[in-house]
Amino acid sequence: MVFARSDRPRIPTAIKILIAGGFGAGKTTMVGAVSETRPLRTEEVLTDRGVGVDDLTAVEAKRTTTVAMDFGRITLSDEYVLYLFGTPGQERFWFVWDELAEGSLGAVILADTRRLADCFPSIDYFERRGTPFVVAVNCFEGSPTFELDEVRLALQLNPSIPIIMCDARKRESSREVLIALVKHSARLRAEPVSS
Amino acid sequence: MNGPDEPGDDHWIDPEIIRPYVVTRGRTRPAHGRFDLISMALAVGHPPGPDAGLDPEHLRILRLCREPKSVAEIAAHLNLPAGTIRVLLGDLFDRELVSAQEPQSEVDMRDMKMYRAVLDGLRSL
Repeated sequence: MVFARSDRPRIPTAIKILIAGGFGAGKTTMVGAVSETRPLRTEEVLTDRGVGVDDLTAVEAKRTTTVAMDFGRITLSDEYVLYLFGTPGQERFWFVWDELAEGSLGAVILADTRRLADCFPSIDYFERRGTPFVVAVNCFEGSPTFELDEVRLALQLNPSIPIIMCDARKRESSREVLIALVKHSARLRAEPVSS
Repeated sequence: MNGPDEPGDDHWIDPEIIRPYVVTRGRTRPAHGRFDLISMALAVGHPPGPDAGLDPEHLRILRLCREPKSVAEIAAHLNLPAGTIRVLLGDLFDRELVSAQEPQSEVDMRDMKMYRAVLDGLRSL
């Protein structure tokens, strides 16, 4: 006769997806649209690496920076929980990204057609790091409409990288973006299962 | 007029900056474990009594973690930085009051079973 070793609820494994893009591109909106709760905010106090700091009188005193991140949670099953993190927008907080990107399933880069160039830094970052990503063009009311091919050209995006139109306010639309990212990441990284 | 106990402008310090250090008694790293932002914690064992020597923040974490919660969620609910939560979770882990689950690592990102589970979960939202 077999007894369960424990009647404790099992602890699910957490997976994270990053939502990147320029300031005002709709990162927190997308997190809120698919999350099971309203977006939460966490603060991480980080020690500045101090590159370029030339104040020798303060060698002992490390500078610290507080970075706020908005995030949401989707309980996928008893086994997995998905966390969506909006990346801090300011460029000076980029050293946080490594910590966030480490172990992530991938990233959604939200593009705002009024300020397409704002997503260049994110594209560069994830390309360099080898993190799978998709570009989601957030269609605001009144924003100029482009064909996806035009946006791909403007962003000099590799043909293998998926690009999708979306409305970050809509749950269904944001969910489709996440599904596209998971499929893309699986194509790039998952090993085929022999069956 | 400022009395002797009233701080002048020079001494005024934002309590929101002080609180994280007070609750950890100045510690910035947990005694045990890494506790990533999405490490999951779950309260285990019997709830400790008032003589267990735990701080109110420890007890709040235990109440919150009756269901599995990530470091980031605990931090958001307690309105404390994630680093502070890591230290407090380390204390609870030491006393075997929480168990923890580290997140999916970069290596595990080759696991097709994981991708299928995530896709199934998203499709059924």
